[in-house]
Amino acid sequence: MTAILKREFQSYFTSAIGYVFLGVFYFFAALFFVSSNLAANTTSTSTFFTTLILTFVVLIPVLTMRLMCEEKKQRTEQLLLTSPVSLFGMVMGKFLAALSVFAMGLASVVLFSLTMAAFVSIDGAVILGNLVGLLLLASALISIGIFISSLTESQIISAVGSIFVILVLYLIGSFSSSVTNKIIAAILSALSVSSRYTNFSMGIFNLGDAVYYLSIAAIFIFLTVRVLEKRRWS
Amino acid sequence: MIEVSHLTKQYGENYAVNDISFEVNDGEILGFLGPNGAGKSTTMNIITGYLSSNTGTVKIAGVDVLDNPVEAKKHIGFLPELPPLYLDMTVREYLNFVYNLKGCKLPRDAHLSEICDLVKITGVYDRMIKNLSKGYRQRVGIAQALVGNPDVLILDEPTVGLDPKQIIEIRTLIKHLGKKHTVILSSHILPEVQSVCERIIIINKGIIVADGTTADLSNKISADHRVIIRVAGPEEPIKKALSGITGVKSVESLGIREAGSFDFQVEAEPGRDVRKPIFNLMADRRWPILSLDSGEMTLEDIFLKLTSEDVVNRIKRKRRKEASKPAYKKNNDFEHIIDEKDLDSENVDDASSGSDAKKEADEK
Repeated sequence: MTAILKREFQSYFTSAIGYVFLGVFYFFAALFFVSSNLAANTTSTSTFFTTLILTFVVLIPVLTMRLMCEEKKQRTEQLLLTSPVSLFGMVMGKFLAALSVFAMGLASVVLFSLTMAAFVSIDGAVILGNLVGLLLLASALISIGIFISSLTESQIISAVGSIFVILVLYLIGSFSSSVTNKIIAAILSALSVSSRYTNFSMGIFNLGDAVYYLSIAAIFIFLTVRVLEKRRWS
Repeated sequence: MIEVSHLTKQYGENYAVNDISFEVNDGEILGFLGPNGAGKSTTMNIITGYLSSNTGTVKIAGVDVLDNPVEAKKHIGFLPELPPLYLDMTVREYLNFVYNLKGCKLPRDAHLSEICDLVKITGVYDRMIKNLSKGYRQRVGIAQALVGNPDVLILDEPTVGLDPKQIIEIRTLIKHLGKKHTVILSSHILPEVQSVCERIIIINKGIIVADGTTADLSNKISADHRVIIRVAGPEEPIKKALSGITGVKSVESLGIREAGSFDFQVEAEPGRDVRKPIFNLMADRRWPILSLDSGEMTLEDIFLKLTSEDVVNRIKRKRRKEASKPAYKKNNDFEHIIDEKDLDSENVDDASSGSDAKKEADEK
């Protein structure tokens, strides 16, 4: 697993993808930080974080679009699948590689917080909670992206598919207000990725939200393993 | 070392592999021969655990590939049809990655540089794989299979797309590797298998049609007794003279293939060597023999024969019959294969000689 993690991580930076991801991430993070904190003259980070997670709709698929489908296309999966590594280890290696690159992007947020902390006192717990929340959210989105990438051989389809699914999960909460049936409305808003994040952005650590993100990650990693498993049988 | 039993792989209605069984012993080089689409790659992919079979089992060093894939795969080095290379890595990075991936315990630098020397890629060690030529990529693919010194090497068409010099080098390399490893090699090129392998399995349409050592196959052939000669001289008198030789059963004129000479196919009685009498007679008459060929079936002929529809159908029929027989009467799996009948010239679908009809009449 560590071999795959290391290779994937390196490959983000031998190709342009790692740099593009980080560049775009840093750009928007800096933009939102300036507009919602510096210009607004406030230490409240909730606007900053709730706008930041919008960029993930596009940025996470950039990280994951290549992960599985490129192996299939280049036939390198034959090496991975015939080497003494479990399918789970293989998927986890890729998952963690993507998460590490994401964490590098997140490091900029730490930097912004420190900048603020140099001038005013900030609520460190809220920012820490947000960082944890973002990592959990990213885990969920990355595992979805990996799953979709394992379904196709084309990076484009993989990217567009992931963007579509993630966008639906973001917007699903806002549909719930227009649904009259109470039960369906409750289900829809419970499924919403973005409204789940509201608690984190306000500095509230709700176990339910954490479990929600982790279970999405677990389900889609499991499904990816099943897809690889199934391919052997078809 | 490798036990394959009753492997079947079905894609819908089609059988890619149909009830294949064989064993490979330690240190054997086994050639897997068949036309395109015969099921060679599928079988190899199943052995390596890349694909799963519908029925049947594969055991590597006693470990079932399905039950304990991680353990079984530790014994295998696999070169797929297309070498699984990451184009954006250098050879060094790639081999180190494979080394880590296989959880190899050997001393890293010594092991990798030994492999590089063996397959002669030391010179390109720090180049990006995408900048390498096909021959070098193939070698890196072989190097990858060798990492970790696995007991079993499975090479799927290792010489495809290489230039003749590289082909010879790779063949020599494989022979060399066969001293330490058990090797399964697939190819649709006959001389390749012939020159490298000790044992050959011929497969067609997912069925094993022949299994034996190269010597076995040759022995079957030597039962044949035809001679093709090319003589400079007049056609009819030569034919008459040849027919007069004791032991000659029939003479067939094959016409002019080289200016000023005629070709004849001489059929001898079983167990008789007519080459010397022919030579003496022609020398007496001053008709120089330009060439003399024992018209034996080459492996090439056998291959063509065995991979024809007929044989496959016959084996299928035979299997059905056996299936209906009580179990104790069933033949050993490895016996079915080449019976004399397959090799009799009467069955060869070789229309080119135009002599089939006559031969048929002569035999039996």
